[in-house]
Amino acid sequence: MTDELINLTLHVWRQRGPNGPGSFETHHAKDITTHMSFLEMLDVVNEDLIEKGEEPIAFDYDCREGICGTCGMVVNGVAHGPQKLTTVCQLHMRQFEDGQEIWLEPWRAQGFPIVKDLVVDRSGFDRIIQAGGYISIRTGSASEANEMPIAKDVADRAMDAAACIGCGACVAACPNASASLFTAAKISHLSLMPQGQVERADRARKMVAQMDAEGFGACTNHGECEAVCPKGVSLEWIARMNRELVRAMVKSKTPA
Amino acid sequence: MELRSHEPTGPIEERWAKHKEASKLVAPANRRKHNIIVVGSGLAGGAASASLGEMGYNVKCFCYQDSPRRAHSIAAQGGINAAKNYQNDGDSVYRLFYDTVKGGDFRSRESNVYRLAELSLHIIDQAVAQGVPFAREYGGLLANRSFGGAQVSRTFYARGQTGQQLLLGAYQALSRQIDAGTVEMFARHEMLELIVHDGRARGIVTRCLNTGKVTPHIADMVVLCTGGYSNVFYLSTNAKGCNCTATWRAHRKGAAFANPCYTQIHPTCIPQAGSYQSKLTLMSESLRNDGRVWVPRKKEDVTKQPRDIPEADRFYYLEERYPAFGNLVPRDVASRNALYVTNDGLGVGPAVNGERRGVYLDFADAIGRLGEQTIRERYGNLFEMYERITGDNPYETPMRIYPATHYTMGGLWVDYNLEATIPGLFVGGEANFSDHGSNRLGASALMQGLADGYFVLPFTVGNYLGHIRTLPPLSEDHPDVQAAIQAVDDRVRKLMNAPDPKHAPEHFHRQLGKVIWEKCGMSRNAEALEEALEKIPELREQFWREVKITGSGKDLNQTLERAGRVADFFELGELMCIDALNRKESCGGHFREEYQEKGEALRDDTNFSYVAAWEWTGNPAEPRLHKEPLTFEYVKPTKRSYK
Repeated sequence: MTDELINLTLHVWRQRGPNGPGSFETHHAKDITTHMSFLEMLDVVNEDLIEKGEEPIAFDYDCREGICGTCGMVVNGVAHGPQKLTTVCQLHMRQFEDGQEIWLEPWRAQGFPIVKDLVVDRSGFDRIIQAGGYISIRTGSASEANEMPIAKDVADRAMDAAACIGCGACVAACPNASASLFTAAKISHLSLMPQGQVERADRARKMVAQMDAEGFGACTNHGECEAVCPKGVSLEWIARMNRELVRAMVKSKTPA
Repeated sequence: MELRSHEPTGPIEERWAKHKEASKLVAPANRRKHNIIVVGSGLAGGAASASLGEMGYNVKCFCYQDSPRRAHSIAAQGGINAAKNYQNDGDSVYRLFYDTVKGGDFRSRESNVYRLAELSLHIIDQAVAQGVPFAREYGGLLANRSFGGAQVSRTFYARGQTGQQLLLGAYQALSRQIDAGTVEMFARHEMLELIVHDGRARGIVTRCLNTGKVTPHIADMVVLCTGGYSNVFYLSTNAKGCNCTATWRAHRKGAAFANPCYTQIHPTCIPQAGSYQSKLTLMSESLRNDGRVWVPRKKEDVTKQPRDIPEADRFYYLEERYPAFGNLVPRDVASRNALYVTNDGLGVGPAVNGERRGVYLDFADAIGRLGEQTIRERYGNLFEMYERITGDNPYETPMRIYPATHYTMGGLWVDYNLEATIPGLFVGGEANFSDHGSNRLGASALMQGLADGYFVLPFTVGNYLGHIRTLPPLSEDHPDVQAAIQAVDDRVRKLMNAPDPKHAPEHFHRQLGKVIWEKCGMSRNAEALEEALEKIPELREQFWREVKITGSGKDLNQTLERAGRVADFFELGELMCIDALNRKESCGGHFREEYQEKGEALRDDTNFSYVAAWEWTGNPAEPRLHKEPLTFEYVKPTKRSYK
């Protein structure tokens, strides 16, 4: 592993609060080693700002290993930055060149109001799940786990859909700010599993209605969501969601 | 303070059932009259909130993350144990119980561990019913693997994302209750004080992280499921936000803190690359199945490329020292030996602050024997992750690994009901001390979090409420509540207005972490611990004098959040060292260099077969020790040996 020091110019979106005006502010990140993660580079910039008596850049982070879905920002126009299948916390500075300019913006979407700087409010995602993204099973009432065999390929496909980390990059990348990939991934995961059949129609209907109510746009098949998804969640689930919705429309309101 | 475990007696396999029969219940119609606060939304907190909501209680659930789905349980990779015996390899509840007591090096309570093993069966049923996509065999039945050296295959898994899928199961159940109105969710809210009134836990004071608003929440009882304290080391595999503030605030209000020195250091993490490093990343232990651990024999070789070091000059220290187990020795043994060889100047990789702390994990032999394709199938995603972080390709050059703190077995003391020494305060998951003794086995953290959340707390909470029936109402104007609010306001003000502000909180946190890691880490001795106990109060004093927080306390201020957590780590860190100094034996994750026999940990069952529960006295340097004796009726203490 070779160690290299680079200097960067950052143009960072600063916004005090949800209703305040925002603008880009320029900062210089000096002597950044290429082994740093992108967020560690921002930590260094922030620690410097604090020592100088200025307010640090607010950005979301937590696990820093690409699984909690907390972090996310648009780096030079791309959600989570230039490396495929990588959250911004796992992006490392060896992906950048000395002297490069980097533009940092929050997820921009009607459904994700800005909290501060690069931090947005993604509670709309929680409300989509609350609308029906679950299987109703009371604690203690489950039957023996192996009573219901599930074909391996079905379980594997359900796992592919369930891999979504709820980061919101799909919404940020979509020209319509649609939450279709997020919503479709959960609808698909649960509708594939035999456990999810009872509530299948109602779930699709309610989750899609909530997605619309949150102000997320519609899907018009740009595929930008799949391109930036750090977990490789497939566009095919959106097609499946649409089929689920049609299926729900021809079914009665309450499943028999 | 009196420690009463409230363990049932009689045959161990009947204890939990007997205990349930003897407990009080709350009638369905009366449940909605009870308000319950749950802090934390991980496996324990999320599962408890969902289950209590389903039963009809009024639940308020709090988490510091922006969504309950992001609790750190999500990062667990390996799997979850359950004594289903689906593989017909002789597993049973008793065997899981036995392995856990033995693995914990005889420092846990037998009754609790048996219950955990018993409940493991129901957890899998529950998770499958929720739609958790566990790995399956071609016949459609659940797949299992052997994990962490277990002699049976009892680990259930969902690719390398078991924690994520189990947490999403709990989160979805919780979401259903939020929609039903039984649970009110407060994301981005941090608990900063416990409200104790008339000797009982009656609520919490929170700060909304987005607005800075400080609010009291009053209830009939409080359940803390706020995780462990690995971040006292600054660098750990925990999420950056993981903290001890909720448990430490409760400790300061009278909850005993048990066995704080029991911490687990995981041997296969990616080493620190520089002083700026913010966290460490764990890679599955399964890598040791095919990788060989070595360092150069000669100090002058440590900067050479590994391929330029001939076979004869490589020191396969685990294979040489432990011929029977080799590279598969338990976590603590593997970790300690990495420390010793790097102490001897044989560490590899970049020097950080003048030290090379890394050892090679080499797959060349396995690739030669099995082919690159097989290794790719087994570990492809781990190799990719390693390359993303380090820029090195492990198919061509050995990985570099080093131990990192991963889990804390210590936590708030609880009885069999998971009730702390403050009546009405219950503690679940990693936040309590209960089930793992001095060492946790692989794939059992998820098991304990879910056992507590789905099956123990919903029941013992009902028992508590059944006993107290109705509590007198507590108004927000009451002096006990006002004092708690005032304490939070004062603390925020004090942090924001240090007399000589110079540095961000991380500056102090890194220094604290270095002291704890070096003096109270993988290998400890009295002299080093005493040095730490001199150093920590000095650093703490410097922190309060020089911490610098810019911005205001009235909106999102991440520096302020971190400063409050660091302040509590300073006090907890001191208690860890006091506990480690007191425990004059080696057991599990606690290795005292003075107490060993030919390099193996030497337990002292005559003098230390007890839980050390520390009471806050107002002076962090002088906590009061209470002892809960441990007795072993079923699993007779034996020595662990891996030679």
